[in-house]
Amino acid sequence: MLLSFLALTAIAITRMGDLFAVVMLSGIYSLLSASLFLDLDAVDVAFTEASVGAGISTLLFLATLKLVPRYEKKSRYKPALALGVVIVTGALLIYGTLDMPHFGDADAPVHQHVAPRYLNDSINEVGLPNVVTSVLASYRGYDTLGEVVVVFAAGIGVMSLLMVSQRTKARALTKVPADMQHQIILRIVAKMMLPLILIFALYVQFHGDYGPGGGFQAGVIFAAGIILYTMLFGLSLTQSVIKPVFVEMLTAFGVLLYSGVGIVCMILGGNYLDYDVLSHDPVHGQHLGILLIELGVGITVAAVMITLFFKFTWRTVKHKYNQ
Amino acid sequence: MTAHFPILQVIIPLFAAPLCLFLRIPRLVGVFAIFVSAAAFLISYGLLQEVITHGTISYKLGGWPAPWGIEYRIDTLNSFLLLLVSGVSTVVLLASLSSISRELPQNRHTYFYTAYLLCLTGLLGILATADAFNVFVFLEISSLSSYTIIAIGTDRRALAASYQYLIMGTIGATFILIGVGLMYMMTGTLNMYDLAERLPAVYKSKTVLSAFGFFIVGVCLKLALFPLHLWLPNAYAYAPSITTAFLAATSTKVAVYVLIRYIFSVFGIEFVDMSLPLGDIFLILGLVGIFVASISATFQLNIKRLFAYSSVAQIGYIILGLAIETQLGITATLLHLFNHALMKAALFLAIGAVFYRIGSAQLNHYAGLGKKMPLTMAAIVAGGLSLIGVPLTVGFVSKWYLVVALLDKGWWPVAVLVLLSSLIAVIYVWRVVEWVYFTPPRIITEEVKEAPLSQLIPIWMLVLANIYFGVDTRLTVGVSKLAAQSLFGVNL
Repeated sequence: MLLSFLALTAIAITRMGDLFAVVMLSGIYSLLSASLFLDLDAVDVAFTEASVGAGISTLLFLATLKLVPRYEKKSRYKPALALGVVIVTGALLIYGTLDMPHFGDADAPVHQHVAPRYLNDSINEVGLPNVVTSVLASYRGYDTLGEVVVVFAAGIGVMSLLMVSQRTKARALTKVPADMQHQIILRIVAKMMLPLILIFALYVQFHGDYGPGGGFQAGVIFAAGIILYTMLFGLSLTQSVIKPVFVEMLTAFGVLLYSGVGIVCMILGGNYLDYDVLSHDPVHGQHLGILLIELGVGITVAAVMITLFFKFTWRTVKHKYNQ
Repeated sequence: MTAHFPILQVIIPLFAAPLCLFLRIPRLVGVFAIFVSAAAFLISYGLLQEVITHGTISYKLGGWPAPWGIEYRIDTLNSFLLLLVSGVSTVVLLASLSSISRELPQNRHTYFYTAYLLCLTGLLGILATADAFNVFVFLEISSLSSYTIIAIGTDRRALAASYQYLIMGTIGATFILIGVGLMYMMTGTLNMYDLAERLPAVYKSKTVLSAFGFFIVGVCLKLALFPLHLWLPNAYAYAPSITTAFLAATSTKVAVYVLIRYIFSVFGIEFVDMSLPLGDIFLILGLVGIFVASISATFQLNIKRLFAYSSVAQIGYIILGLAIETQLGITATLLHLFNHALMKAALFLAIGAVFYRIGSAQLNHYAGLGKKMPLTMAAIVAGGLSLIGVPLTVGFVSKWYLVVALLDKGWWPVAVLVLLSSLIAVIYVWRVVEWVYFTPPRIITEEVKEAPLSQLIPIWMLVLANIYFGVDTRLTVGVSKLAAQSLFGVNL
C-alpha cells in the first residue's frame, strides 16, 4: 500500500511542470518513505527521513523557489538514451532481488554475522538501551564522523558559492519585511510553537541514548525552528539573536568537537574514538564520549542548515531589492 | 605514536579543515594548509617504510575488533598511493599561495583551503580504510569538496561543469552504495577482508552478481573510464589551476585504487572471471578510450581541455594494464598511476603559472611564450615528453612495463596499438610546442615575465621527479611489484 503510494508520487513528480507542486510532492514522498521505514521497524531512520526529507529540505526547496520561476521550461528534448539507462538499471535491480533472503527471514546473513553481538553485548560493552545509537556512535562511530564531515563539506560548498556583499547583508538588516509579515494567525501560532520546537530538539538530542533520536534529528529540528521564525519575523530580528558569522563558526565547531573527542581518546592511550579510556569505568567513558559526539553532530547539522537558509534568504534580498 | 600513524594521516587534515574557518586570514590559512599536508606526507612516508619492513598494519577504530568496528589496514598497495596523494597535494599547495590569490577573490580563500583539505581527507580516507561502507563515506567527503573547489573560481562556466560532475558523481556514488548494500545483505559484514572470506559461499547468487555490476559501473563513473568520462574535460578545464592540478593527479587515481582493491581483495579474481568478461570489456573500453580521447585532444583549442582529454586517454592505459589480469599487468597499472600523477601535476601547475601571467589558457595565446617564460615552457615540454613516453622520463617506464606485460600475455596486436597511440600523443604535444616556440607572439605584451619562484619551484620539483623516477626506478617499480604480488598472493 505504502509502496504503491510511493511509486505514484514518484511518477507524479516526474510528470509535473509546476515546481511548487513538485516540492510539496517530494515532501509527501519523504513522509511516505518515513512511514515505510517505520513499518520496517527502523524507527531512527524513519525519524531522520521525516525531519530531513519532509522537513528541512522542503523548506530549503521553498527558499530556492523564491529565486527561480515557478514553472518548469518546456523542452522538446526526448532523452531516449537516458530512458534506456534507467530501464537497464531497474532491470538489474530487480534481477538482484531474485536471490535475496526473504523479507523478515531470521536466518538471513545480516541477522547471523555481526548483528548478534550488537544486540546481545552492546548493553554491557556500551551501556545504552538504544542499540542503534550504540552502533552509530560507538561501534561504527568513525562512519558517523565521516557523515558529519560530509554535512560540513556541503555547508562549505554553499558558503563559498553563494557569497553576498556586505551591502546586501546590511540591507537585509534594515528595510526588508519578512515574507509572511501579514499572516497573523501563523505568526501567533509560531510564537507559541517555537519554544516547544526548540525544547523538543534538545529532548531528541539528549534522549537519543534511550529512544529514537540523536544529533542528526535534533540538529535538523532545532534549525527548522529557527528557520520558521526567520520566515515569519524576518532576518533582522533573527540576526539580532544569532550572528551569521557565529553560526558559520559553529559549523566547524561541531566537527572539531567530534574529532577532538577522538584525539583526546588517543592522548589518553586508547585508539581513535575508543571512548573506554575517557573515564576509569569503560561504560562511563562510552556514555561521556557518545554524549559529546552527539552534541558535535547536533551543532554542526543545526549550524549548517541555518547557514544554508541565511544564504538563500540573502540571495532573495539581493534579487528583490538591489536593482 | 607510530602505532597511530594509519589514522593520523587522515585525522590531521580532517581536524585542520574546520580549524581554517577560525583562522580566517587568507595567507595564514594557506601556509597552515601546506604544513598540514606536509605532515600527512611525512606520516605516509613513515607508513610505507613500516609496511615494507614489517608487513601489513591493522588499526582498530574505536578499539572494536574488525567485523564489528571499522578497521584501517595499510599494505604496500595503499601506502604507495597514500604517499603519492599526500606528496602531490603538498607540492601543489606550495604553488597555491600565489596562484589562488590571482584566481580567486580574497573572501573565498579560506573556503578554498577548507574544501581542499576536506578533499585530501576524503582521498586519504578511501585509501586507508578496509571497510566497504567507510569507502563510501569518504568518497562523499572527497566528492562534495571537489565539486566546491571546481566551482569556486571566477569562471562562470565552472558552475555548469561542476554541476554536471555533481550529477554524474552522485549517480556513481549511489551505484557504489547499492553495491555495498547488496553485499551486506548477502554476507552480513562490511569489512573487506571479512567479505572476501564470506562472499565465495554466495558467489552463485544473482544478488552478488548485481552488486558487483553496480559497484563496477559506479567506480568507473568516478574514474572517468570511456564512455563515462563526459564530466571530466569541462570540470578540469574551467576549475582554478590549483584544483585541476590536484584533482587530475589524485582523484581518478584513487578511484582506480578502489577498483583494484575490490576486484582483487574483495570479490577475488576467480569470481570476476567467472561472472563477467570484465577483462575483455576493460580491454575494449580502454583501447577505444585511448584513441577517441587522444584524437579529441588534438582538436582542442584550450590547453587545459587538451590535457584533460589526454588524462582520459591515460586512464585507458591504466585500465588496459588491469585488463591483462596478470602480475605484470597490475605492476604496469600501478606504475602508470604513479607516473601519470607526476606528469599531470607538473603540466597543470605549469599551465597555472602561465595563467598567473597572461590570464588565459587558450592555446593561441601561448604564441611566443617560449622566449618570455622559458623555464615554465621547458616544464610543459618535459611533461609532454613524459606523456609521450620518451626514454629517461617516467612515461617511458610505465609504457615499457605495459608493453612487456601485453607481450607476455601474447596480446601483440594490442601492444602495437599502444605504440601507435603514443604517436597521437606526439601530435597533440607537438601542437603545443609549435604555438609556444614557432609562432610569432600575438597578444602577449612586453610585461609578461617568467613565472614567480613560488610557482617555478613546485613545478620543477615535479619535473625533476618525472626525470628522477624515469631513471631510478627502484622505489616505484619495487613497490608496484610488491603490491602486485600481494594482490595475487591473497587470492592464490
